[in-house]
Amino acid sequence: MTIEQTISQAGRATDSAAPWTPSVVGEIAEVISNDCVNAEYRHLVVRCGAVSASAQPGQFFQLLCPHSDGAQPFLRRPMSLYGADPVRGEVEFLYKIAGAGTRGLATLGAGDSVDIMGPLGAGFTLDPSLRHIVAIGRGAGLATLAPLAKAAKANGTRVTAIFSARRPELVLSVDLFTGQGADVIAVTDSEGTSGPAHIERILRGLIAENRCQAFYTCGSSRLLRVQQRLAREFEIPGQVAMEQQMACGIGLCFCCVRDFNVGGEIVSRRVCWDGPVFDMMEALP
Amino acid sequence: MIDLSVRIGNLTLANPVMPASGTFAEGLDKVMDFNRLGAFVTKTITRELRAGNPLPRVVERAGGLINSIGIPSKGVLYFLEHTLPYYAGYKPPLVVSISAPTAEDFAQLAAEMSVPGVDVIEANISCPNIEEDGKAFAMRASSTESVVRLLRAATPLPLWVKLTPNTGDLPDVARAAELAGADALVVANTILAMAIDLETFKPCLGNIMGGLSGPAIKPIVLRQVYQCARTVKIPVIGCGGISTTEDAIEYMLAGAAAVQVGTATFVQPAAMTTIIDGLVRFCERRDIARVADLIGAVLNEESDEVELAWVAPPQ
Ligand SMILES: Cc1cc2nc3c(=O)[nH]c(=O)nc-3n(C[C@H](O)[C@H](O)[C@H](O)COP(=O)(O)OP(=O)(O)OC[C@H]3O[C@@H](n4cnc5c(N)ncnc54)[C@H](O)[C@@H]3O)c2cc1C
Ligand SMILES: Cc1cc2nc3c(=O)[nH]c(=O)nc-3n(C[C@H](O)[C@H](O)[C@H](O)COP(=O)(O)O)c2cc1C
Repeated sequence: MTIEQTISQAGRATDSAAPWTPSVVGEIAEVISNDCVNAEYRHLVVRCGAVSASAQPGQFFQLLCPHSDGAQPFLRRPMSLYGADPVRGEVEFLYKIAGAGTRGLATLGAGDSVDIMGPLGAGFTLDPSLRHIVAIGRGAGLATLAPLAKAAKANGTRVTAIFSARRPELVLSVDLFTGQGADVIAVTDSEGTSGPAHIERILRGLIAENRCQAFYTCGSSRLLRVQQRLAREFEIPGQVAMEQQMACGIGLCFCCVRDFNVGGEIVSRRVCWDGPVFDMMEALP
Repeated sequence: MIDLSVRIGNLTLANPVMPASGTFAEGLDKVMDFNRLGAFVTKTITRELRAGNPLPRVVERAGGLINSIGIPSKGVLYFLEHTLPYYAGYKPPLVVSISAPTAEDFAQLAAEMSVPGVDVIEANISCPNIEEDGKAFAMRASSTESVVRLLRAATPLPLWVKLTPNTGDLPDVARAAELAGADALVVANTILAMAIDLETFKPCLGNIMGGLSGPAIKPIVLRQVYQCARTVKIPVIGCGGISTTEDAIEYMLAGAAAVQVGTATFVQPAAMTTIIDGLVRFCERRDIARVADLIGAVLNEESDEVELAWVAPPQ
């Protein structure tokens, strides 16, 4: 949703009959598990209320991280939705230990409480008429793309996922994608397969086989540029989930702005509110 | 039933809790029922279209954050066409925060913003005044008085004047604003601050310096509210580090007639409504019929006045 659209939805009339209900909540969730996935990443599963568990692919939460080693992260930390189960009332995150906040998250164990706020932002849109899409991610970007696999399967859309990482043992979530029937191609720096030229060859192959009707991407500006070029050449639509340092996460503070090219005009948008998912062609890598 | 209403000049607010400028936007209606707020306060609006400051625009420090957002503004027309109609659908009064680089521009903007649907003009005079070498209007009593005088003449609406905590002359500045015709004071904006990254040896903010807000500044601004409230007769609205009901009550005891909540919303998005609920519970527990009774009720000496007996109810 753009700022323009949201603002033009008139405020709720004073005499409106429908009682107000929240669509974003800050709540204390219960940790179900918080396990290591590899040397760098952890997988956090929490039990939460219905509003949080209704999160859609591409949306994110702001987690209030526990204090650790005397460090007191003041702001919440943004984390993409990795999985949501509205029936069980659960959401999942996949996070990399990067600094004080995520180190604090890593201290959580089953039964502990964690304050989560969400679902936030505008997620991916999946056109059910698409037969085959490509998801390309690198690093924590894969966490953001992961819920797409399930949503696409529900629509009967096939997914080819291209995962990029530094080393093979850091490739994440392959099972999650293959479990939903996706084809996974892993490329790594250590094997020399993650360069843009190689990825472009893979993508051209998929396009030729008509297995790339839309791009979904996150986590690498280099890969974004490759996709933008191909998207222009073959007129393929695409969506990109972007990151930026955030404070409020809900469009109040204007700290996470980025420039976008909208029809030749440079427009500043809030990643947390107008995104984090944007039209791939408007993103400036 | 606890009476939560407070009066700010001629305006009655349903309760004393409202957002601080720049920390509130439409998105928060996903989190709280806007009709519960005492008032709306917009992000500061300027005449010129502005992009705001270079990134990074925020950095966190113990108990708070330093921001150099600047004032990215879409200008007056955008406000009139988009923002104003949006708030028209809600009950709470709309406080429009404005700013300008000269006193003349300030007055002109106040006049342009005095349209139906706007209930109060909040003049953010903590911004740089280009006629005074970039020093904020609110740094000195003289520049405060001249800008507020022009503002007063320019708008028939209630005029709130937002002061900076960065001046050593705060009571004088407060008095100058009152003399020049302000209907209320907002105390205060952020405290000028800085942070340096030990990895890069560079300042953490793109703008080098920024404004500190959040719990870290509360005791300082509380003292300033106390000083201002004793100096002027017009209402003082407290703003600085308020995150909990207790913080809000402390401010009211110090003399604040209402409070603005800023940074706390970034951490707990429902902070404002949580504080309102807490005020009701506090007043019930202490048998205080009207929240307005808290205003300036701090006791400086031992007092045996009967009407203040609720301050320490017998066990
Ligand atoms: C919408 C969104 C979704 C995200 N989803 C995930 C996710 O699913 N999994 C995951 O591991 N990470 C994700 N991130 C990044 C994550 O928020 C940061 O890694 C985290 O905030 C770091 O906090 P910290 O206190 O541990 O580290 P800090 O000490 O704050 O920072 C450590 C390092 O991380 C960098 N960093 C800080 N904040 C961000 C940020 N917002 N984006 C990129 N780098 C940052 C810092 O510049 C620094 O170099 C996401 C970020 C955004 C904006
Ligand atoms: C991100 C951010 C943006 C702000 N923008 C404005 C602004 O546009 N105009 C203004 O008068 N004050 C602005 N402020 C200051 C707040 O309104 C408030 O005075 C200050 O943050 C202290 O209150 P707090 O500690 O509750 O946040 C801003 C503060 C923050 C943190």
